[in-house]
Amino acid sequence: MKRVLVQKLGLADMLEIKCPYCGERSQNEFSYGGDATIKRPELNSEISDLEWDSFVYYRNNPRGKHLELWHHTSGCRRWFKVHRNTATHEIIKTLEIQEELHD
Amino acid sequence: MMQKYRIKDGGKIQRNKKISFIFNGKTYFGYKGDTIASALLANGVHLIGRSFKYHRPRGIIAAGVEDANGKVQLYKNDITEPNVNVTEVELVKGLRIESQNCWPSVSFDVWAINNFLNRFFPAGFYYKTFMWPKSFWYKVYEPIIRKAAGMGTASLKPDPDRYEHQYEHCDILVVGSGPSGISSALAAAKNGARVIMAEDKPRFGGSLLIDNVTIGNKNGDEWVEEAIAELKSLPNVILKKRSQVFGYYDHNMLVMFERCKDHLDNPVAFSPRQRLWYIRAKQVIISTGSIERPLVFANNDRPGIMLASSAKEYLKIYGVLAGKKPIIFTNNDTAYETAIEYKNQGIAPIIIDTRNDSDAGIVNEAKKLGIQIKFSHGIANTSGYKKVKSVTVGELNNNKDGYKNLEEIACDSVFVSGNWTPTVHLASQSGNKLKYDANSDTFLPDKSRQKETVIGSANGSMTLQKSLKEGFEKGFNLSNEITKNGIATLIPISDEKQYGQHDKFWCMPLPNKKHYKRFVDFQNDVAVSDIQLAVQEGFRSIEHVKRYTTLGMATDQGKTSNLNGLQLVSELEKKIVPEVGHTTFRPPYTSVTIGTIIGREVGKNYKATRKSPMHQWHEQHGAVFVDAGLWLRPRYYKENKETLHQASKREALNVRKNVGVCDVTSLGKIDIKGKDSAEFLNRIYTNAFLKLPIGKARYGVMLREDGVVFDDGTTTRISENNFHMTTTTAQAANVLMHLEYYLQVVWPELDVSVVSTTEQWASAAVAGPKSRMLLSRIFPSEDLSNEALPFMGYKEVKFKDTTARIFRISFSGELAYEINIMSDFGNLMWDEIIDLGKEFNIQPYGTEALSILRIEMGHVAGSEIDGRTIAYDLSLENMLSQKKDFVGKRSLSRKAFNEPDRERIVGIVPIDKKTSIPEGSYLIKNENSLLPVPKLGYISASCWSVEFDNPFSLAIIKDGKNKIGEKIFAVSPLKNVSIPVEVVSQHYVDPEGQRVRS
Ligand SMILES: [Zn+2]
Repeated sequence: MKRVLVQKLGLADMLEIKCPYCGERSQNEFSYGGDATIKRPELNSEISDLEWDSFVYYRNNPRGKHLELWHHTSGCRRWFKVHRNTATHEIIKTLEIQEELHD
Repeated sequence: MMQKYRIKDGGKIQRNKKISFIFNGKTYFGYKGDTIASALLANGVHLIGRSFKYHRPRGIIAAGVEDANGKVQLYKNDITEPNVNVTEVELVKGLRIESQNCWPSVSFDVWAINNFLNRFFPAGFYYKTFMWPKSFWYKVYEPIIRKAAGMGTASLKPDPDRYEHQYEHCDILVVGSGPSGISSALAAAKNGARVIMAEDKPRFGGSLLIDNVTIGNKNGDEWVEEAIAELKSLPNVILKKRSQVFGYYDHNMLVMFERCKDHLDNPVAFSPRQRLWYIRAKQVIISTGSIERPLVFANNDRPGIMLASSAKEYLKIYGVLAGKKPIIFTNNDTAYETAIEYKNQGIAPIIIDTRNDSDAGIVNEAKKLGIQIKFSHGIANTSGYKKVKSVTVGELNNNKDGYKNLEEIACDSVFVSGNWTPTVHLASQSGNKLKYDANSDTFLPDKSRQKETVIGSANGSMTLQKSLKEGFEKGFNLSNEITKNGIATLIPISDEKQYGQHDKFWCMPLPNKKHYKRFVDFQNDVAVSDIQLAVQEGFRSIEHVKRYTTLGMATDQGKTSNLNGLQLVSELEKKIVPEVGHTTFRPPYTSVTIGTIIGREVGKNYKATRKSPMHQWHEQHGAVFVDAGLWLRPRYYKENKETLHQASKREALNVRKNVGVCDVTSLGKIDIKGKDSAEFLNRIYTNAFLKLPIGKARYGVMLREDGVVFDDGTTTRISENNFHMTTTTAQAANVLMHLEYYLQVVWPELDVSVVSTTEQWASAAVAGPKSRMLLSRIFPSEDLSNEALPFMGYKEVKFKDTTARIFRISFSGELAYEINIMSDFGNLMWDEIIDLGKEFNIQPYGTEALSILRIEMGHVAGSEIDGRTIAYDLSLENMLSQKKDFVGKRSLSRKAFNEPDRERIVGIVPIDKKTSIPEGSYLIKNENSLLPVPKLGYISASCWSVEFDNPFSLAIIKDGKNKIGEKIFAVSPLKNVSIPVEVVSQHYVDPEGQRVRS
């Protein structure tokens, strides 16, 4: 019930996100996918526990600009990157998944 | 009954439509167009309810949402709603209103004793009084507080009304329809912008309906009428009255509720009661006006004491006198207009003004009219229990900290004005850091954080001409950025009364040695002494003072009390107000009903319902359904008076003996295509898929990157580069997103496409020793022998005008097939199976029988793959390839995953072979051990084994495989049982797996 209230009051679904393929759509069409700067280690690579744990568990929680993965779940079903300010919710830019951020 | 306080004519009410209503058991009359508040005042009723803490009699203090006292219990037909505001509910027939927070009645309230015990209810009384002894909290304090503090009573019946949600985009949202709002909407709309203008009251116009002004050659309300008519004629404008914008969120999303039904005498059937609007605006113009502040003085909370502007509003809109012997108490010029309006009604108000004098035009006008004015005076005290009957007035000494002399003046009402507070809530919610304006003693909007612009008196522009100028200019400028049409509207010339400077003095001293309460926050019963105490006790931050005293909390959100409270704290702390700062304004600005927020998502509409193509057949054949995610699946097919247990046992037994058919359409199905499909699956699944032959299915397990089992299912190679994957019903959506993640983000170089085909295929599992015979009847031209279609084989076959897919896979542990066919042919296939199956005693079986079959076979499902277990725990470690890397593999070397005594899956049978073991039961070694009892594990799934006709459960317990043969206990404190059990193998039936291969 609380989840519904929070969502319905718009607290959770207030963002307007520009999908690189579909344009500006409401947040309730999207799913959040975490830090976009994390790279999965190559398959079959010899890596330390720490490297692996850094990939699986460790995440920064920055106050400010953050490059994120989002998935247009109720849309084109593409994963893409969102450069977002976590403090102000400002979306600075959205990028296709293979695009690099230059700033 | 006569409406003794209604003037002969005037106001916006419809005097030809008389409406009766009941207030606290008594019948009164009002008119169409009244609110409950105005109708009560027309009948001379001021006492509405009792205050929150002290149960003091309270009356109406305002005419809009800022009224802090007028919360009542409303009854209409057999519906009741608590905590509605009398100033917001419009009068319709059939209303019954009861005061709340009083017992047995509003006139005699036993809890009013709190008022005399008020030394026990100081600031922070919750924190102090009820803290000790601790054991008293649950037994004594809490029940008493609940009874005493409960405001209204919520209805226990379901809400009979419907509520709607609407999404809207616009160029410019204008919040508030006063002079600045209307002019900005006009300017923007005429310049081609798509405009929404929202007004919370039932009439557009705001102060223009109340103040004596002219715009151009028209008076205020004529100008409003014309402007609204013009706006209505424009196709790019949405006008909404009775609509409160209550929240300003990020990305310029605003939320508004619209009252659609309650004010109508004969609402259309199925009309929503309220509508919630999500509005995404390119620009927001906040023209929410300002709210008059009360003055603070001893016993300033008696019924009959209200804001001066509200008294004027009741007169001008509703033709109601809030009193016939009013005292007007002010520290500024605006209240003089109320005095003049009352004087014009043949009433002789007395003005008490804290200032020495004023040379403003309006004050001179009042003097000329012969209104009695007492300058340099303040109200020292009031009297009257259920309604104010006199005030004690004194001449203020030079320091304004005491009185030179006191006299008592009889009255029936007091209209107060402590100057104006701009309504900056929405701007603040948007992220605007407000700035303090020492000239007006208020917080004004500063730099916008989002696309919001505040205009008019909400922006501190207190004259009409300034408001109009801001409205037209901003309306044009903001719209022109969007439309670039360049069509400007001329700003009309207006005429209004002239006002001078207000007095910065607003909190009256107490008469000598008296300790009367001077209220700052009426809704939360916070008085000057409470704030003094909080500061004295060391609370400094305004946020702490707020929470300790409850100042500015609850539905009121400090609309009338905020600034007075801040000024008091800054005075006590000897700081200036900007240093003290202000508390956070939070949405919602006014109360919103839960029904509005939830909208249509109630009952079965709470979420979408997915049904298989064969759903109707199930309904017609006695199916009792169960929710499986969004899907409705047959749980069992009821025959005669069977119970769930009897029916599922019958169905499961028939699968073991003959043949059964189960609708498995809801299982997730994903079509995988592309030349790298095999390589991709090989990385996703823990077991090898690279060399899966065409026409073969394979059971696969996939992990999350943290090594925990994510999902399982079978995947079949349809052709070289085409695979058909199945997932569990519950994880279907997550698995698809998981695959998309790896394909798009991690390995974009792979040439693979995935798409959900769950709804494209209707699926039926045909299981049981006679299933092959049945299939041979359905597909007579196909060779379905064990050699031609072996276990884990796949075949595409002709069926009627289409093709069907036969997978020889089994969840039940019997010889079984899963037939997939295009959804449109689902019923045709199902009917054929049932029809031809009669010869073999076929019965449909539901999810409950399916559970029995899989549990006694020891197959894992969602209750074991619960996001906490790894492959080893589920005895699936043989599924982990040693030869290749896969998603999650690196995590498996974690130390905790390799502890020898990890919990593992086993079977559990009660020793008496009779007692069913509740799912979720704990397994313990000794039922007589002392607390805390070491837990060995838990029961994940239970069934009644049809093979052995006794209970059987799956369990996940510490060092499980080595415990087989041991006798332990299953305990369920919830059900208060302790059952002696024996640990056995998870594979209770056919441990060799011979049947599926037969
Ligand atoms: Zn998209």
